[in-house]
Amino acid sequence: MTAQAGDAEAVIHCEGITAGFGSNILFRDVTFEVRRGEVFVILGGSGCGKSTLLKLMIGLVPPLAGTVTILGTDVWATEGQARLDLLTRIGVMWQQGALFGSQTLLENVEMPLAEHTSLGSAARAEVARAKLGLVGLSEAANRLPSEVSGGMLKRAGVARALALDPPILFLDEPSAGLDPITSAGLDDMIRDLSRTLGTTFVVVTHELASILAIGDRCIMLDKEAKGMIAEGDPRKLRDESTQPTVRAFFRREAA
Amino acid sequence: MTVDSGVVTLAGRLDTMAASDLWPKLMAQAAGGPVVLDVAGVTALDTTGATLLLTAEAAGSGNSIRGAPPKVTDVLERVRTALAAPRPKPEKGLPLLARIGKATWNAGRNALGSVGFLGELTLIALGTLLRPWRLRLGEVLRHLDEAGTRAFPLTLLLGFLLGVILAFQSAIPLRRFGAEIFVPNLVGISLLRELGPLMAGVILAGRTGSAYAAELGTMSVNEEVAALRIMGVDPMGLLVLPRVMAGVLVMPVLSLLLTLAGLAGMALIMGLFGFPLTTVMQQLSQWLHLGDMLGGLFKACFFGLAIAAIGCRAGLGAGRGPRAVGDAATSAVVGGIVSIILLDGLFAVLYERLGW
Repeated sequence: MTAQAGDAEAVIHCEGITAGFGSNILFRDVTFEVRRGEVFVILGGSGCGKSTLLKLMIGLVPPLAGTVTILGTDVWATEGQARLDLLTRIGVMWQQGALFGSQTLLENVEMPLAEHTSLGSAARAEVARAKLGLVGLSEAANRLPSEVSGGMLKRAGVARALALDPPILFLDEPSAGLDPITSAGLDDMIRDLSRTLGTTFVVVTHELASILAIGDRCIMLDKEAKGMIAEGDPRKLRDESTQPTVRAFFRREAA
Repeated sequence: MTVDSGVVTLAGRLDTMAASDLWPKLMAQAAGGPVVLDVAGVTALDTTGATLLLTAEAAGSGNSIRGAPPKVTDVLERVRTALAAPRPKPEKGLPLLARIGKATWNAGRNALGSVGFLGELTLIALGTLLRPWRLRLGEVLRHLDEAGTRAFPLTLLLGFLLGVILAFQSAIPLRRFGAEIFVPNLVGISLLRELGPLMAGVILAGRTGSAYAAELGTMSVNEEVAALRIMGVDPMGLLVLPRVMAGVLVMPVLSLLLTLAGLAGMALIMGLFGFPLTTVMQQLSQWLHLGDMLGGLFKACFFGLAIAAIGCRAGLGAGRGPRAVGDAATSAVVGGIVSIILLDGLFAVLYERLGW
């Protein structure tokens, strides 16, 4: 969908990644790259390790083997200032929003700004207000996370992830637990931000409608194969793939 | 950033870091007089940079932005619509009188809720007396273990130290009158009648009351309590009654242990002052009565009831979110300690009237 997606440079390299807990291997030898400006979707059924792959890419869960390189930095080989610099250049929206319950939405967005920039408090509030406006939450700025709906929580989570304008945003299950209309609204927002800001999105989801609406490219993980079973444009995979599990997934059949 | 007769020229990347450095300078220029912001040389703009430009533009009448390249215009216009969205309505604070009224109303309703809770608990307890097989004995035993046996080491240590300190502190002034022999009476009576039950209550409130509140609070936040209600299981019977029973049963034991450990500590200090154990024992048996101990243990049961019930009530009444669980734990400990001190006062009056 996005014009530059086809031939743009890669911003994330995942090379030969194996992940699991103890002797329980989730997937083996997964290699792919994410290009600048695209919406990249990691999909697969429940329990295939999608969320683990995301946590591994942002440096939370260590891989058993393989390397993750984001914007030229090896995630699992940097420490100290280099790691902090990397962390300010990625944003993460957590599955449940993970907003701080004791702070208003505006304060939640202000927090990374206060930590990593030299902006004064009035400027910070104004910038945070702009981010909440980008996700359509201006009017809820002074509410606490416990006072807003699930869809709003996810939007606020995106606004907080956007606080430092990172070139790469990771979204964990943006449509989980949302109704189709709210979920479609979130998809529109992702496309809109991707188009106007040029942000690269890495989205973990199993929501078929969402994958087809937002994904420029995707990879599919599978629990049985313990690895990656497909890579490419999700619409092409839907129409042309001959892999039985991929066909079953896109046609909503029990494999 | 260069300034030349009302034209501020910006160039290069205007990202979050650049914008935060530039913010005060540019705002000072923008507020000073009509300025034109020339952004033709800006190669990259992010939303923070765009917010800076738009805020500067709005800071003075006649300010304007010109020369934006197409990609910069996209971001600028997107952020312009974002900032134009209506601001939240400021919440109107209530006038002082209304606030006092609201606080009183809330406090009253809360007190009423506590009375209701106590009533519900009594009904459930009576119902269980009539149908004892409905009591969840396994739960009661688990809570007896958690609130009781696991608190024994702490209780013994605290009691021993308390006895040592009390004996030592009182022996020094009494020695000036040659009256150290009365130290066992003093320490014994204060431990049996007051300090034993009170200190055991503080231990129970800190260890167990807060744990009840946190556990039940997390359960209500996770809607587990609501799920129980909908399955037709009364949370009072399943969650509250075993905990309160454990509190009532465990308190006399803790209180007795604490007292005995205290007396042992006192005996040690008396030994150091040169009084043999037999003298101490004789002194104790002559001056202490069974009534002193039973009165203390009887009180302790009520302390346990108050602490456990307040902990459970705080947990079940918790609001939403992680902070609510913390608040519930705090109010369980504070409420528990305050209530045992109030109860202690009541018992003092009662025992005095009864001539115990």
